[in-house]
Amino acid sequence: MNLHEYQAKQLLAQYGVEVPGGQPCTTANEARSIAEKLFTEGHDMVVVKIQIHSGGRGKGVFKDGFKGGVHLCKSAEDVYEKATSMLGKTIVTKQTGETGRQVNTLLIASAEKILSEFYLAVLLDRESSQPLIMASCEGGVDIEEVAETNPNAIIKLQVDPLLGLKPYQARNLAKALGLSGKMIQSAAKLISGIYKTWWECDASMVEINPLCIVENPDGTKKMSAVDAKISIDGNALYRHKNIAEMRDLNEEAELEVEASKYDLNYIKLDGNVACLVNGAGLAMATMDAIKHFGGDPANFLDVGGGATKEQVTAAFQIILKDPNVKAILVNIFGGIMNCNTIAEGVVAAAAETQLSLPLVVRLEGNNVEAGRKTLSESGITLITADSLADAAKKVVSEATV
Amino acid sequence: MAILVNSDTKVLVQGITGSFGGRHTQLSLEYGSQIVAGVTPGKSGQVFEDKVPIFDNVTEAAKESGATASAIFVPPPFAADAILEAVDAGLELVVAITEGIPVRDMIEVKAALRGSPTRLIGPNCPGVVTPGTGENSHGGCRIGIAPGYIHKKGDIGVVSRSGTLTYEAVWQLTSNGLGQSTCVGIGGDPVPGSTHLDIIKLFNEDPETRGIIMIGEIGGSAEEEAAAWIKENCNKPIAGFIAGTTAPPGRRMGHAGAIVSGGKGTAEAKISAMEDAGISVAETPSQMAEALIKIL
Repeated sequence: MNLHEYQAKQLLAQYGVEVPGGQPCTTANEARSIAEKLFTEGHDMVVVKIQIHSGGRGKGVFKDGFKGGVHLCKSAEDVYEKATSMLGKTIVTKQTGETGRQVNTLLIASAEKILSEFYLAVLLDRESSQPLIMASCEGGVDIEEVAETNPNAIIKLQVDPLLGLKPYQARNLAKALGLSGKMIQSAAKLISGIYKTWWECDASMVEINPLCIVENPDGTKKMSAVDAKISIDGNALYRHKNIAEMRDLNEEAELEVEASKYDLNYIKLDGNVACLVNGAGLAMATMDAIKHFGGDPANFLDVGGGATKEQVTAAFQIILKDPNVKAILVNIFGGIMNCNTIAEGVVAAAAETQLSLPLVVRLEGNNVEAGRKTLSESGITLITADSLADAAKKVVSEATV
Repeated sequence: MAILVNSDTKVLVQGITGSFGGRHTQLSLEYGSQIVAGVTPGKSGQVFEDKVPIFDNVTEAAKESGATASAIFVPPPFAADAILEAVDAGLELVVAITEGIPVRDMIEVKAALRGSPTRLIGPNCPGVVTPGTGENSHGGCRIGIAPGYIHKKGDIGVVSRSGTLTYEAVWQLTSNGLGQSTCVGIGGDPVPGSTHLDIIKLFNEDPETRGIIMIGEIGGSAEEEAAAWIKENCNKPIAGFIAGTTAPPGRRMGHAGAIVSGGKGTAEAKISAMEDAGISVAETPSQMAEALIKIL
């Protein structure tokens, strides 16, 4: 589950990580009063940032032509105006796709005077099954690009999960980033807080980009997490009620939210061949087979190992809400699952949804004869297939007619 | 001979009184596997289906029944603890079926396992099957949730991150008259107890395994690591398949570990590493057995 920047910063602050002062808001009036407060505190510049789950916010363009989702403002009035131009409007960034994303929340924060920028992230190193801290002096840039062009600029530190990150390791990392004097201690404290956030919140990833040395209004210096991105392990949300409440359904595709209510694993894609499969691996492989035979999958859909008739019906209804879909492939390998249960589900769903699209069904496994009989006696029009390849070929040809 | 388990392996089930664990214990008993004990804290003295005695903890269950392997069907919040309990009891093999264990719990389990003689398979996996010699492979050892009847005793090893794709491969092999030595589902999580490479090494040393099917999917680099080892060390014919060529980057495809992130873990990279190691990679999932038969 992804968090908004302001939510990520709230979590980080709880673990003692310095973040720029500010607050989220949903109206322009609130934006103005938060800004007024920041100016009174002595900040001479305030930043207004849209809160959507997407990178490239600064360079995004709103559908009405207004440019940029991040703005620096010198007065509370300016903050009010920018907020009015962005709230409720839809922005398109390099990551949102053409449909864009509606802006419902803004973060109003003090614009820090940045002296230098770094990159720092904590994630799982899958090779060693240990936490990994990645850091670089090249902050504020695309880290994947740095990894490509200048891999030596990335410092990696593996952490023993049973010991946790030790203070000396954090100090050494700070030194490796080129820091000196008092900044070493101050950066080490911040790095420890970031690691602790990752570990204790069950995060999949915490990314601070940029992590900055900033100058306070009184001329002193400090380290601050100027931007932050956190994603949380969905399987651990049961032990973090406060974080689970941060889920923003507006950021998720409507059909995916609908599918999750039925415990269906659905991901919408751009093609026109829908598929309904049991098992995640087989569902991916089915999409691949559709592509292999010249088609384009409309979705990933795993109904799981013990799907009921109700789930299959719900799955059909969700598939059919996607207007791009031209044909449907049902691919079930009934290991333990009874093929006849699936067949009954398909028949019920086809009747209930008055299905008019071509339907290709490949059933194999447990009680397959009864399943095939249920399908053939149902009176619904469908095309049967012997193997996954055969099914994929047939559904692609139906979709391209 | 097979690997990990055979028809003599004595198995205990943690979470035997849950509906999922109970159902699959029943199916394993029907398959002819030696399920000798169950563990559910607080229920010692009870007997599962008039056959399997239940104990309060793994140590007692193992001591009384002689079990050397465990199947774990415990719900996600308690599963890591169940694994550690089985490790502490000194079992040789622990197969964790549970899906949805938090990654942090598995990081801890993995760290605790270093230096331990216990082998962990899974979590989030269909388990392990060594087919028997009876009708529909009856009499073999089935730990987990795989359908027993699709198997056939033979000399092909199967290792996979996906359940249904394993069944698909086994079905293709059996339909083509090729039996299996052992089929191992290593699971779809980002922190697995055993990797492709761990299992491939066992197959490589097993005199009764003649060929191998290795099934992977997007995410991580376990397939690449296995391929690099295979290139230098394995002379047995291997066919493979990688799922997820069409998966959009940054999205988790059902399995917690099936995600392309930061340009890493793509199907293309895995397929190319496997081909480079001389593995016969099937173009579609329908051709997994075919890809192996070609090189046997």
